[in-house]
Amino acid sequence: MQAETLSGGFADPAIASAAAFRQVMEAMARPGTIHTLTGAAPPAPLSPATGAVLLTLCDPDTPVHLAGALDCNAVRAWVAFHTGAPVVGPSHCMFAVGGWNDLAPLSAYQIGTPQYPDRSATLIVQVEKLEPHGATLSGPGIKGTHSLSLPETRAFQKNAGHFPLGLDFIFTSGDHVAALPRTTVVNQTGAI
Amino acid sequence: MKDSSEDHAPRQHWLGLMAKAPKGRVATLLDQTMTRPAFTWLRAPEVGSTMVRARAGATGSPFNLGEVTVTRCALTLATGEVGHAYIQGRSKDDVEAVAVVDALMQTTAAMTLQLQVLDVLEAEQTAKRDARAAKAAATKVDFFTMVRGED
Amino acid sequence: MYVAVKGGERAIENAHAWLAEERRGDTSIAELSIGQIREQLALAVNRVMAEGSLYDPDLAALAIKQARGDLIEAIFLIRAYRTTLPRFGASLPVDTGKMACDRRISATFKDLPGGQILGPTFDYTHRLLDFKLAAEGEVPEAATREATPGNVPHVTDFLNHEGLIEEAAHNDTTPPDLTREPLEMPAERALRLQALTRADEGFTLGMAYSTQRGYARNHAFVGELRIGAVPVEMDIPELGFSIEIGEVTLTECETVNQFTGSKSEPPQFTRGYGLVFGQTERKAISMALVDRALRWEELGEEDEGAPAQDAEFVLYHADNIQATGFLEHIKLPHYVDFQAELELVRKLREEAGANSVPEAAE
Repeated sequence: MQAETLSGGFADPAIASAAAFRQVMEAMARPGTIHTLTGAAPPAPLSPATGAVLLTLCDPDTPVHLAGALDCNAVRAWVAFHTGAPVVGPSHCMFAVGGWNDLAPLSAYQIGTPQYPDRSATLIVQVEKLEPHGATLSGPGIKGTHSLSLPETRAFQKNAGHFPLGLDFIFTSGDHVAALPRTTVVNQTGAI
Repeated sequence: MKDSSEDHAPRQHWLGLMAKAPKGRVATLLDQTMTRPAFTWLRAPEVGSTMVRARAGATGSPFNLGEVTVTRCALTLATGEVGHAYIQGRSKDDVEAVAVVDALMQTTAAMTLQLQVLDVLEAEQTAKRDARAAKAAATKVDFFTMVRGED
Repeated sequence: MYVAVKGGERAIENAHAWLAEERRGDTSIAELSIGQIREQLALAVNRVMAEGSLYDPDLAALAIKQARGDLIEAIFLIRAYRTTLPRFGASLPVDTGKMACDRRISATFKDLPGGQILGPTFDYTHRLLDFKLAAEGEVPEAATREATPGNVPHVTDFLNHEGLIEEAAHNDTTPPDLTREPLEMPAERALRLQALTRADEGFTLGMAYSTQRGYARNHAFVGELRIGAVPVEMDIPELGFSIEIGEVTLTECETVNQFTGSKSEPPQFTRGYGLVFGQTERKAISMALVDRALRWEELGEEDEGAPAQDAEFVLYHADNIQATGFLEHIKLPHYVDFQAELELVRKLREEAGANSVPEAAE
């Protein structure tokens, strides 16, 4: 294996993953807010923020699904070395990574069980840009409303309808991250 | 990523050999052989665990037996060779020495290290195993049947 | 109910300081080193590794020192430390057929390939206190004899050739892990074995003894007991192949139990299995007996209502850290709970008194 695919991990894993975890937790606790996530230098097409999320949340106990162009040797090798997470299909994964269209259909992922709603997948969606305008978000963790550039709205409305089951989403772009848990109500701009 | 079995057999052997070496032994042998080359960490030494599995009835379905402490690291030499190490226990010094030898075994230093590090370890481990087996053999029961009184 | 109580900080600090002093004991006596505990109290170290569920002799020795020899406290320390370790993965199932045996005995066959190897056992000692040990001195070297090279075969393999013992169904499914998902009933055998191998030795021994005394009759023979080192091999994703990452000493016990047959199975011998970290013979035999008793359902045997057949009873009470945690918590402040009980009892007495006074007056 080449040294290139083995580099790009956190320089100081304990400190960096704690800092990254804080950012991801903030993003999840305050849906729609955009945070900066640095410290990882993964191989293309993974973005630095996606890399940091994977380094922080994944380990040998969390099967990962790589969708579309992300399922390449460089990414597989990087994920294997730095996280130890097994790469699996969508129906068995705890985390899925990819572009929005590559991740479809959402019905392929686990949404948990009534006894264990937490046994559901978290989708890490790499998007072109992440901006504070677009769909209107409301619900727990949001004072009033937030706006976030989501790839669509219907799918998230349908997902929220499964509550307490459902998927959670982390959006990344470059070194930015935002999140959309299953509790958030998504509306088209102006529709609320 | 998968190599054919013949390709990786020697590396598999030397990594296993060094993983079972006593504390500090690989480092001592390495430092007696040569000055350590400069390297960059790909993964600094990290202490963790591995779940040891076994099989019910020795041959049946797997179950989790318990964990063992393991230390691992990965590094790259200035010349590009990558060294990996996973060893039982919590010694960061030992795991570094093992990874350095692993990387150097992919260079022209391989022959020297084979003779002065790996062959020495192999001989020591064989001697230790044989000594224990010899003590066990001495406790082997030699049954003999007593003739019972018969008319 | 718990109530936060403040004000004990200084008392606690002072208690810790005194604990440290008592742990050290008389300073005119030399202090124990971790190495001394590891080498000279090896069976205590083994028990702490087995029930702490973490193989690391140095850590177990440290825990024993810190716990002043209280092994359950030491196991608690090891369990707590274990949770701080990132898990790199799981090993390939260890192959006990490749064990370098220090000891290997069979109670079922006198002459068997590989022979009866007694190893460093207490079995034939006279259980008389050896006062020579009270004085320091050199130990004579153990005798040696040329060993037969090669692996020692499992006794159950011989019975298996004749079809006299049940097959151990081989598969490669990923086993459930009770350190990751809470133990739930019904528990499959893989989960039961994991729970039993880390179970309290005393509890397991008691359960096993109860089966011998007739609670869930299953007359067990020790088909084989072996102790020795086996290599631990693990797949390394970044290498693309597996390597040996070390070696652990294990005790394995396979029992052979008579079985008259059921609707689904012919008369044959059945198996109980015990495998434990370290030289832990009593525990491994106990584990095998309890494992066999818990298999009544899959073998189509009758539920005799014996404690050792009740998986829920056995598995939920076998863990000494869970047990001691719940047991010992009742000594911690329950002031408000007790106030409520006190009020209740006073009220009941008042009511009873109020009712009985007129009667007494008559």
